[in-house]
Amino acid sequence: EKLAAKKKRRKEREALGDKAPPKAIPKTIENQRVYDETIVDPNDEEVAFDEATDEFAPYFNRQTVPKILITTSDRPRGRTVRFCEQLSTVIPNSHVYYRRGLALKRIIPQCIARDFTDLIVINEDRKIPNGLVLSHLPDGPTAHFRMSSVRLRKEIKRKGKEPTEHKPEVILNNFTTRLGHSIGRMFASLFPHDPQFIGRQVATFHNQRDYIFFRFHRYMFKSEKKVGIQELGPRFTLKLRSLQKGTFDSKFGEYEWIHKRREMDTSRRKFHL
Amino acid sequence: SPQVVWDVLGNRQFCSYKITTKTQNFCRNEYNLTGLCNRSSCPLANSQYATIREEKGRCYLYMKTIERAAFPRRLWERVLLSKNYEKALEEIDENLIYWPRFIRHKCKQRFTKITQYLIRIRKLTLKRQRKLVPLRRKIERREKRREEKALVAAQLDNAIEKELLERLKQDTYGDIYNFPIHAFDKALQRQDAESESESDAEKEDDDNEDMDKREFVEADDSDLSDFEDMDKLETSSEEEQEEEEEVEKKGSHSKSKGKTPLKGPARRKRPYIEIEYEEETEPTTKTKAA
Repeated sequence: EKLAAKKKRRKEREALGDKAPPKAIPKTIENQRVYDETIVDPNDEEVAFDEATDEFAPYFNRQTVPKILITTSDRPRGRTVRFCEQLSTVIPNSHVYYRRGLALKRIIPQCIARDFTDLIVINEDRKIPNGLVLSHLPDGPTAHFRMSSVRLRKEIKRKGKEPTEHKPEVILNNFTTRLGHSIGRMFASLFPHDPQFIGRQVATFHNQRDYIFFRFHRYMFKSEKKVGIQELGPRFTLKLRSLQKGTFDSKFGEYEWIHKRREMDTSRRKFHL
Repeated sequence: SPQVVWDVLGNRQFCSYKITTKTQNFCRNEYNLTGLCNRSSCPLANSQYATIREEKGRCYLYMKTIERAAFPRRLWERVLLSKNYEKALEEIDENLIYWPRFIRHKCKQRFTKITQYLIRIRKLTLKRQRKLVPLRRKIERREKRREEKALVAAQLDNAIEKELLERLKQDTYGDIYNFPIHAFDKALQRQDAESESESDAEKEDDDNEDMDKREFVEADDSDLSDFEDMDKLETSSEEEQEEEEEVEKKGSHSKSKGKTPLKGPARRKRPYIEIEYEEETEPTTKTKAA
């Protein structure tokens, strides 16, 4: 019956000719998205004030330089190790340390003592990385993501070289709600504040329907309205599982947001980031 | 008649506790001392028998004697052993005094093994334990499919290109790229019309661009985080200083245009995206230089 309705409409349009009503906008999931009350208005004062006083304020005021520690869960397998190395080339000023059975709770005070600003733990399962814990160190929020479709550099089809040491730019797309905003700032605080445009590298975190896609490209402006991008660097997608207020603590931390499958996955048009 | 019992159960007929494997016979009886099915280890075929069993972290010595063979309920006598290892060994010895050497020895061995594994349990519970969370196939499939669809809907390349072009327009890159042809033409027109000094024209250019920037930012409803706006503003202020320094470069068109053809062939090697317009733009810049 849908086909019949379509045919009828097309006939009507042809019949009317110029006076036909304009084409209807197709419905997409983004169009039909359930209105979320926490969507941030760019001119919102309350949000701006919050952001000026939250844990990322020192970074955005350029008081701290990001220094990142990347580590894995116990006994990382080859793929995870290589992924960690590539990730450390993408993020400037990052160091990879391997864990041999050290408890996270004990590493954290040591990291704070050595002036690290962020900690990334890549969790591994069956020889592939599948989880990411990102915690801002001096008492900052901890976000736990599920990581999927990880592609290492050699699996990406391209003919380019490796990323250089220049500081990349950051693009954060589509982080609309309050929660999305705070996650976006978390990602932004990983990268140093002044990108080196000579390097022409850009790291993108694109949020679409609660999936955050990470890409790393090298761009080149061919003309005023044409830019070419070449993908280098690993790519992965993240899905937020939980956000904790303090540093990583699985038992006693207070969770700001947890993904509850029963409640939050009910509607196909409802997204939280 | 334990001998009879063994004749029946041991090798000939069926014993429900017996498990046979290629090399050995095991006994599943919970009172068995060694776990193997032997003439000397079968609790059914020996009227005088003892075992060590542990319950909730405490070890008990169980004993069976001939006198109580007729009373199955009172058959097994239980003695609590002390927590102290040496004391417990002494207790075993004093309880099993005058018992066959085999049973005494095996009891002590079993007791040692049990205490060792209890210690390990206690140590492991103190360390972090890996919590196994079961994967749910349906949910996993659902998530995977949704991710693919989101990827398609995202159109990442286009989004990134759009974003980069926007940043170029908003002059976050400053004077590194010498394209803006339209801006050049505008500047030329302004220069011809007003015939003022170069610095004034540049100031006006800057003002105009600032105006455009300001308009752009206010109308900008896209969902970028605040830090980007701050970044642009700060970098733009830096660039204005740079622009004032680079007075000559802007003034001398030939020099700036002379740059692009040099960079052209070097640049051509880099991108891998096929763009049809490449050939169109290249000759135009070359003609202008000429």
